[in-house]
Amino acid sequence: MNTYLIILIVCCFACLIRAWRGPSIPDRMVAIDIMGVLAVGITALLAIITNRDFLIDVALCWIFLSFIGTLALAKYLSYKTLDE
Amino acid sequence: MSWNELIGMIIIGVGVAFDAFGCLGLLRLPTVYNRLQAGTKCVTFGTCGILFGLFVMKGFTSFGIKALVGIPFVLLTSPVGAHAIARGAHIFGVKLWDKKVIDRYEEDRGNKPSL
Repeated sequence: MNTYLIILIVCCFACLIRAWRGPSIPDRMVAIDIMGVLAVGITALLAIITNRDFLIDVALCWIFLSFIGTLALAKYLSYKTLDE
Repeated sequence: MSWNELIGMIIIGVGVAFDAFGCLGLLRLPTVYNRLQAGTKCVTFGTCGILFGLFVMKGFTSFGIKALVGIPFVLLTSPVGAHAIARGAHIFGVKLWDKKVIDRYEEDRGNKPSL
Protein backbone atom coordinates (compact mmCIF):
# COMPACT_ATOMS: atom_id res chain seq x y z
CA MET A 1 0.00 0.00 0.00
CA ASN A 2 2.91 2.33 0.69
CA THR A 3 4.18 1.59 -2.83
CA TYR A 4 0.93 2.94 -4.29
CA LEU A 5 1.31 6.09 -2.19
CA ILE A 6 4.87 6.64 -3.46
CA ILE A 7 3.73 6.20 -7.09
CA LEU A 8 0.99 8.80 -6.63
CA ILE A 9 3.40 11.28 -5.03
CA VAL A 10 5.79 10.84 -7.98
CA CYS A 11 2.81 11.57 -10.29
CA CYS A 12 2.16 14.79 -8.34
CA PHE A 13 5.76 15.83 -8.96
CA ALA A 14 5.28 15.11 -12.67
CA CYS A 15 2.30 17.50 -12.63
CA LEU A 16 4.45 20.10 -10.87
CA ILE A 17 7.08 19.78 -13.61
CA ARG A 18 4.40 20.42 -16.23
CA ALA A 19 3.11 23.41 -14.25
CA TRP A 20 6.64 24.77 -14.04
CA ARG A 21 7.64 24.55 -17.69
CA GLY A 22 4.24 24.68 -19.40
CA PRO A 23 4.53 27.03 -22.38
CA SER A 24 1.10 28.64 -21.96
CA ILE A 25 -1.38 29.44 -19.20
CA PRO A 26 -3.82 26.56 -20.00
CA ASP A 27 -0.98 24.04 -19.60
CA ARG A 28 -0.46 25.15 -16.02
CA MET A 29 -4.19 25.07 -15.33
CA VAL A 30 -4.48 21.51 -16.65
CA ALA A 31 -1.58 20.43 -14.45
CA ILE A 32 -3.10 21.97 -11.32
CA ASP A 33 -6.52 20.46 -12.08
CA ILE A 34 -5.06 16.99 -12.49
CA MET A 35 -3.01 17.41 -9.33
CA GLY A 36 -6.23 18.13 -7.44
CA VAL A 37 -7.80 14.87 -8.62
CA LEU A 38 -4.59 12.99 -7.70
CA ALA A 39 -4.73 14.51 -4.22
CA VAL A 40 -8.18 12.96 -3.76
CA GLY A 41 -6.66 9.54 -4.50
CA ILE A 42 -3.78 10.17 -2.10
CA THR A 43 -6.23 11.15 0.64
CA ALA A 44 -8.26 7.97 0.06
CA LEU A 45 -5.09 5.85 0.30
CA LEU A 46 -4.10 7.65 3.51
CA ALA A 47 -7.55 6.86 4.92
CA ILE A 48 -6.90 3.15 4.32
CA ILE A 49 -3.37 3.22 5.74
CA THR A 50 -4.17 5.15 8.91
CA ASN A 51 -7.70 3.62 9.21
CA ARG A 52 -9.45 6.91 9.98
CA ASP A 53 -12.65 7.71 8.11
CA PHE A 54 -12.65 11.50 8.42
CA LEU A 55 -10.03 11.60 5.63
CA ILE A 56 -12.75 10.49 3.19
CA ASP A 57 -14.68 13.65 4.11
CA VAL A 58 -11.56 15.66 3.32
CA ALA A 59 -11.43 13.95 -0.10
CA LEU A 60 -15.08 14.80 -0.84
CA CYS A 61 -14.54 18.46 0.03
CA TRP A 62 -11.39 18.53 -2.07
CA ILE A 63 -13.28 17.38 -5.18
CA PHE A 64 -15.71 20.30 -4.98
CA LEU A 65 -13.12 22.94 -4.16
CA SER A 66 -10.91 21.79 -7.05
CA PHE A 67 -13.92 21.87 -9.40
CA ILE A 68 -14.92 25.41 -8.40
CA GLY A 69 -11.35 26.64 -8.76
CA THR A 70 -11.03 25.08 -12.21
CA LEU A 71 -14.29 26.68 -13.40
CA ALA A 72 -13.27 30.11 -12.11
CA LEU A 73 -9.87 29.93 -13.83
CA ALA A 74 -11.44 28.74 -17.10
CA LYS A 75 -13.90 31.64 -17.01
CA TYR A 76 -11.01 34.03 -16.45
CA LEU A 77 -9.20 32.49 -19.40
CA SER A 78 -12.11 32.90 -21.82
CA TYR A 79 -12.34 36.65 -21.17
CA LYS A 80 -8.65 37.19 -21.89
CA THR A 81 -7.07 36.95 -25.32
CA LEU A 82 -3.50 36.79 -26.54
CA ASP A 83 -3.78 40.03 -28.50
CA GLU A 84 -4.13 42.30 -25.52
CA MET B 1 -5.61 -11.35 4.29
CA SER B 2 -9.20 -12.03 3.36
CA TRP B 3 -10.69 -12.15 -0.12
CA ASN B 4 -12.24 -8.69 -0.17
CA GLU B 5 -8.97 -7.10 0.90
CA LEU B 6 -7.13 -8.93 -1.89
CA ILE B 7 -9.66 -7.89 -4.56
CA GLY B 8 -9.65 -4.34 -3.22
CA MET B 9 -5.85 -4.21 -3.44
CA ILE B 10 -6.00 -5.37 -7.08
CA ILE B 11 -8.63 -2.73 -8.00
CA ILE B 12 -6.60 -0.01 -6.26
CA GLY B 13 -3.52 -1.19 -8.17
CA VAL B 14 -5.37 -0.81 -11.49
CA GLY B 15 -6.44 2.69 -10.46
CA VAL B 16 -2.91 3.71 -9.52
CA ALA B 17 -1.61 2.36 -12.85
CA PHE B 18 -4.18 4.50 -14.72
CA ASP B 19 -3.07 7.54 -12.69
CA ALA B 20 0.57 6.90 -13.56
CA PHE B 21 -0.14 6.56 -17.30
CA GLY B 22 -2.25 9.72 -17.22
CA CYS B 23 0.61 11.69 -15.70
CA LEU B 24 3.01 10.19 -18.25
CA GLY B 25 0.71 11.48 -21.00
CA LEU B 26 0.57 14.86 -19.29
CA LEU B 27 4.35 15.09 -19.50
CA ARG B 28 4.94 13.71 -22.98
CA LEU B 29 2.15 14.83 -25.32
CA PRO B 30 2.63 17.89 -27.60
CA THR B 31 -0.18 20.43 -27.07
CA VAL B 32 -2.70 21.54 -24.46
CA TYR B 33 -5.61 19.59 -25.92
CA ASN B 34 -3.69 16.32 -26.12
CA ARG B 35 -2.51 16.73 -22.54
CA LEU B 36 -6.07 17.47 -21.44
CA GLN B 37 -7.31 14.33 -23.22
CA ALA B 38 -4.68 12.05 -21.71
CA GLY B 39 -4.60 13.56 -18.28
CA THR B 40 -8.21 14.08 -17.41
CA LYS B 41 -9.73 10.81 -18.58
CA CYS B 42 -7.04 8.52 -17.19
CA VAL B 43 -6.83 10.32 -13.88
CA THR B 44 -10.62 10.39 -13.47
CA PHE B 45 -10.89 6.64 -14.00
CA GLY B 46 -7.87 6.01 -11.77
CA THR B 47 -9.26 7.97 -8.85
CA CYS B 48 -12.65 6.27 -9.27
CA GLY B 49 -10.79 2.93 -9.17
CA ILE B 50 -9.05 3.86 -5.93
CA LEU B 51 -12.34 4.90 -4.31
CA PHE B 52 -14.12 1.75 -5.54
CA GLY B 53 -11.29 -0.44 -4.25
CA LEU B 54 -11.67 1.24 -0.86
CA PHE B 55 -15.40 0.40 -0.96
CA VAL B 56 -14.61 -3.25 -1.79
CA MET B 57 -12.10 -3.45 1.07
CA LYS B 58 -14.29 -1.89 3.74
CA GLY B 59 -17.78 -3.08 2.71
CA PHE B 60 -21.01 -1.36 3.81
CA THR B 61 -19.58 0.60 6.70
CA SER B 62 -19.54 4.40 7.01
CA PHE B 63 -16.03 4.21 5.55
CA GLY B 64 -17.05 2.40 2.38
CA ILE B 65 -20.31 4.24 1.77
CA LYS B 66 -18.57 7.62 1.82
CA ALA B 67 -16.06 6.35 -0.73
CA LEU B 68 -18.93 5.10 -2.90
CA VAL B 69 -20.61 8.53 -2.69
CA GLY B 70 -17.38 10.14 -3.88
CA ILE B 71 -17.34 8.24 -7.20
CA PRO B 72 -20.27 10.07 -8.92
CA PHE B 73 -18.86 13.40 -7.79
CA VAL B 74 -15.51 12.70 -9.46
CA LEU B 75 -17.26 11.37 -12.57
CA LEU B 76 -19.47 14.48 -12.82
CA THR B 77 -17.07 17.27 -11.94
CA SER B 78 -13.84 16.27 -13.68
CA PRO B 79 -15.08 16.14 -17.33
CA VAL B 80 -16.99 19.41 -16.85
CA GLY B 81 -13.79 21.09 -15.67
CA ALA B 82 -11.85 19.63 -18.59
CA HIS B 83 -14.43 20.90 -21.07
CA ALA B 84 -14.31 24.37 -19.52
CA ILE B 85 -10.51 24.47 -19.77
CA ALA B 86 -10.56 23.30 -23.40
CA ARG B 87 -13.14 25.94 -24.36
CA GLY B 88 -11.22 28.64 -22.52
CA ALA B 89 -7.96 27.62 -24.20
CA HIS B 90 -9.58 27.73 -27.64
CA ILE B 91 -11.02 31.20 -27.03
CA PHE B 92 -7.71 32.29 -25.50
CA GLY B 93 -6.07 31.52 -28.84
CA VAL B 94 -3.90 28.45 -28.27
CA LYS B 95 -3.13 26.85 -31.64
CA LEU B 96 -3.92 23.22 -32.36
CA TRP B 97 -1.26 20.67 -33.24
CA ASP B 98 0.52 21.01 -36.64
CA LYS B 99 -0.85 17.67 -37.90
CA LYS B 100 -4.47 18.38 -36.97
CA VAL B 101 -7.15 17.06 -39.32
CA ILE B 102 -10.18 19.25 -38.61
CA ASP B 103 -11.32 21.97 -36.24
CA ARG B 104 -15.12 22.11 -36.10
CA TYR B 105 -15.30 24.60 -33.24
CA GLU B 106 -13.35 27.18 -35.24
CA GLU B 107 -15.76 26.75 -38.17
CA ASP B 108 -18.75 27.12 -35.88
CA ARG B 109 -17.46 30.27 -34.26
CA GLY B 110 -16.55 31.87 -37.58
CA ASN B 111 -15.12 35.33 -37.17
CA LYS B 112 -17.56 36.67 -34.65
CA PRO B 113 -16.32 37.09 -31.09
CA SER B 114 -18.01 34.45 -28.94
CA LEU B 115 -18.11 34.95 -25.22
